[in-house]
Amino acid sequence: MSTALFGLILAGGASTRMQRDKAVLTYHGQSQLEWAYRLLSEICAATFVSVRPDQRDEPTRAQFPQIVDRLPGIGPIAGIAAALQEHPKVAWLVVACDLPFLTRETLQHLIAQRDPLSVATAYRSSHDALPEPLCAIWEPAARDGVLAYIESGKQCPRKFLINANTRLLDQPDPRALDNVNTVEEFSAASAALQSTPADAAPASGSTTHSAEPYSTGRGARPISIRIQYFALLREQAGRSEETVDTTATTPADLYDELRARHEFKLDKEQLKVAINADFRDWRTTLANGDSVVFIPPVAGG
Amino acid sequence: MKPFSFSSEALPVDGYRRELEDPAAGGYASFEGWVRDHNEGHAVTRLEYEAFEALAHKEGERIVTEAIERFGVLKAACVHRIGSLGIGELAVWVGVSSRHRAEAFAACRYIIDEVKHRLPIWKKEHYVSGDSGWVNCERCAEHAHDHAHAGAHQHQRR
Repeated sequence: MSTALFGLILAGGASTRMQRDKAVLTYHGQSQLEWAYRLLSEICAATFVSVRPDQRDEPTRAQFPQIVDRLPGIGPIAGIAAALQEHPKVAWLVVACDLPFLTRETLQHLIAQRDPLSVATAYRSSHDALPEPLCAIWEPAARDGVLAYIESGKQCPRKFLINANTRLLDQPDPRALDNVNTVEEFSAASAALQSTPADAAPASGSTTHSAEPYSTGRGARPISIRIQYFALLREQAGRSEETVDTTATTPADLYDELRARHEFKLDKEQLKVAINADFRDWRTTLANGDSVVFIPPVAGG
Repeated sequence: MKPFSFSSEALPVDGYRRELEDPAAGGYASFEGWVRDHNEGHAVTRLEYEAFEALAHKEGERIVTEAIERFGVLKAACVHRIGSLGIGELAVWVGVSSRHRAEAFAACRYIIDEVKHRLPIWKKEHYVSGDSGWVNCERCAEHAHDHAHAGAHQHQRR
């Protein structure tokens, strides 16, 4: 029998890019913090809100049981560490408070697939297939490792899970963990949640494109583009280069088409684009015969 | 020597150093990046470097030119390895000669920092466990998760 499961909602972020407290944003008729608290309370033995010391009395947070960061200023790993220290014998279902598309099904699948002998059970990101630390079950066995990790000056919970014995699962709903960091993303998420689920599905699903993947600009004459692939994209595409006939008019459109075809995990936001061996804007107009490279995050030196 | 180049063989740094000699120079600073046997707690057995060379050449040359103009040094150059490298091998070399030491150090630092951030170069780590992975600290910082950044901002504020 596995250890008890407690819930932890991370609400200690600075919401820097949103410029508003993400915990009090409303998507489901109540603050996101309240909504997440209720969701977790239904499936966890006990549920807490992770806060920084200076957030204890903030009204939305003050109504819930709290676990206060012991090492504030190092991001979400402080909250996870504090929970593992406060109740060292239980496992923690850790969930960020900025996941408006999170569902009970997504959490239940995680719990059903939980491996109590691992350090953590987490979903693979639908964007880059790396672990999602902020919707994951952190086992008691994670505690010493997390504390040592912080002690060594590191703070990224994702990298911790990459290097730990983490059980990784595919998400049943690929957008369930899309998070919201900016005002624009908040508006888009609110709109998506108000439309029907079918309408709300993001365009990244390849099935909608499978019939005619290169027919977006109806009536336009196709141009021939050479694409070279490097590193992660080369591996995911299974080739170093290809030449395609496309009606895409910009590298942004072209990437969307190729992403559907090759199931690339990286978002455009994580890439740069080069046309004819010069960095260019994603909205540059493509010309017949152009050579395009999508540049994954670099790591020279 | 060219301001920026790639090599698929071991780097002869003594030769590079001589190329930067200048009668007006009062000093020379260099940086060597070496392949270490661990990263993020994983034992690493070797690294593979891959580059989009056409663009990296142009951008690398821009970086070195910027450093020379910005810090007023006499000569500067950078060479980066590609291909498979073992532990302890020299992966990147930066050299700068200048009239005085302060700008030599500064230009050297500028070049290696910009090379790491701007050049389309990727490295894949191979681990003792048999696994491998594309190294990428940006993944962490730029991924949809705002939280780690938020933490850093708070930290600065305090």
